[in-house]
Amino acid sequence: MDQLLMAVSTIVIGVFGCVAYFFFSNIALDRIFPPTGDHAGRNINWATAIRPWLFLFPALAILGLYLVYPVISTAWLSLNSAGGDEFVGLANYTWLAQDAKFQESLVNNMLWLAFVPAASTFCGLVAAGLTDRIKWGATAQSLIFMPMAISFVGAAVIWKFVYDYRGENQGDQIGLLNALVQSIGFDAQAWITVPFWNNFFLMIILVWIQTGFAMVILSAALRGISEETIEAAFLDGATPMQVFFKIKIPQIWGTIAVVWTTITVTVLKVFDIVFAMTNGQWGTQVLANLMYDWMFRGTPDFGRGSAIVMVIMLLVTPIMAWNISNARKEMR
Amino acid sequence: MDMAGSKPQLTWVVNISVVLLVVLWIIPTVGLLISSFRDRDQISTSGWWTALAASERNFIQRAAAPAEAKPQGAVWVLSGNVLQASGGQVVAFGITSQDPEAFAPGEVGEHKSGALISVAANGDYTITYSQAQDGTRGLRLFVRAKTAPAFTLDNYREVLFSEGMGASLLNTLTVTIPATIIPILVAAFAAYALAWMEMPGRALLIAAVVGLLVVPLQVAFIPLLKLHNTVGLGKGYLGIWLAHTGFGLPLAVFLLRNYMAGLPREIIESARVDGATDFEIFRRIILPLSFPALASFAIFQFLWVWNDLLVAKVFLGTGEDELVMTGRIVELLGSRGGDWEILAASAFISIAVPIAVFFTLQRYLVRGLLAGSVKGG
Repeated sequence: MDQLLMAVSTIVIGVFGCVAYFFFSNIALDRIFPPTGDHAGRNINWATAIRPWLFLFPALAILGLYLVYPVISTAWLSLNSAGGDEFVGLANYTWLAQDAKFQESLVNNMLWLAFVPAASTFCGLVAAGLTDRIKWGATAQSLIFMPMAISFVGAAVIWKFVYDYRGENQGDQIGLLNALVQSIGFDAQAWITVPFWNNFFLMIILVWIQTGFAMVILSAALRGISEETIEAAFLDGATPMQVFFKIKIPQIWGTIAVVWTTITVTVLKVFDIVFAMTNGQWGTQVLANLMYDWMFRGTPDFGRGSAIVMVIMLLVTPIMAWNISNARKEMR
Repeated sequence: MDMAGSKPQLTWVVNISVVLLVVLWIIPTVGLLISSFRDRDQISTSGWWTALAASERNFIQRAAAPAEAKPQGAVWVLSGNVLQASGGQVVAFGITSQDPEAFAPGEVGEHKSGALISVAANGDYTITYSQAQDGTRGLRLFVRAKTAPAFTLDNYREVLFSEGMGASLLNTLTVTIPATIIPILVAAFAAYALAWMEMPGRALLIAAVVGLLVVPLQVAFIPLLKLHNTVGLGKGYLGIWLAHTGFGLPLAVFLLRNYMAGLPREIIESARVDGATDFEIFRRIILPLSFPALASFAIFQFLWVWNDLLVAKVFLGTGEDELVMTGRIVELLGSRGGDWEILAASAFISIAVPIAVFFTLQRYLVRGLLAGSVKGG
């Protein structure tokens, strides 16, 4: 209970602190440059030039300290030794290049990148296309969307139960997947230890979570398509399938790309699912988990950990550039 | 145009497809939810999908010692009940391990010793001997019994009070509430400046915020952990509040700026003409009008912080008063890997709040998603 009190008092202090900062800094600005007297005009100009920065300062300070500085610092640390006190040049990167676990992680991340965004977007598109046509579509959508609210750890527990495996002589299978597989005449498997394919059993969890996101965005885009083109296509005798694939989808390519890249960024950072399901065993290691491993093992290696993060950062950069250029286009 | 209406058979195909899709999507969750209300034995002996049907099980029960048989006319009779411990109904019984389901309830079987054995559906058994007995080892009765579906809240009681989920729930709340509220205010002022105040470099700052949206959080861990250690914060609540505030700010500024920039220019211009200062415009006009965007961000940040594992693992300790629910569940996955009753109940305690928030405030969540991109895990 003490800690909740602490949390509440932090909120109060934080909120009041913020309000007080904005309030008093504004007053101070008006005192220093009063909009009256001999230099009223010049003072107003000064105050107008400074005020935005008063509004921005707390946000910029926190962003600078908690995101911008770490990027630079991590880049520097990746060129240093394990303890971060000796410059080693590109040694961490050359080590990465020949490390088997890193190669495995990189290959797995590429698998995730190829599968999860594509599968989520596809499932989302199918779900959006179908639910838009029926009366209870909104209910169906919120049920498919629901996994978004579940933590990756919660999702991992849910799916570990689906994949559960009982060895022979341990009684009936209680995992849904193995029970289904047995009911159609195949042998039960310990799915998350099956080499290579186990990666896909982990990916399915993220697809399950992200499909709802894709569906919501794509469904809004589908509703935004002008009725006229669709009616015209029907009058010309197009089937619903043709209308969906030839008229609707081409009109929402932009949205599909946004959904795809957003999921791609999520995939690059995937950690919780792998950590909770396998912790990188049985050939399922990914970059984020490998980095965590190097950062928190008995004797942490900050150099190697940072080098792995920089690889993730590098993979994200093209998407970052694309997002920025899109945002700038929209603002014009 | 609703072409589904024009072709009835197509409507059916679409409806059935959606039903299948929805079932496919919710069944994993439903399975774990049902399991969280079943007791350990039920979970480990039968699939959750059998939970609503009566479950049948086989067991062996020793009858009372033959010496206790009472004389009854010309014979000695021993009686008792095989279901005392478990309840339910006998479906079949047997006398030898080779044929444990040889007899239907009420039938009489003859043991190789000559004793006549009968078990009734309610579990009462009678063993009839032709003469007095002196043995102390009871005969083995093989029973197949059916138990009605039964659900229990014991799992929840156990994880909340003995497995530490109760304490972790408090810890998660402690992390989440300040980490949700504090960034809102900081971001709102910045968003207003970026949307409505003239200044050099504004476009550049907006671009920077968009760029920071996708920076992988992993980048921040080592430098910030070092920083927190240097300034004496170490691992603790203050550190994680700051970290979540920092990590949430790009999305907050981005969402709020986009929303505020879309507010009608006339309102703000006319307030300026009336002599209102920026601070007054912000407080009296912008903030109330931006409520939907503030709500969207608050929900995102709440869900993100509540569900987070990684930031908590890095910036918060693992003591009883700091371990959050996601961290606790991961620990339980390691230490109680096969104990699904514990894992299922723990998972649902941590899932319940976000799901409730999701279903009540979904429209704000959707609006926020549509307002732009979104931060992933």
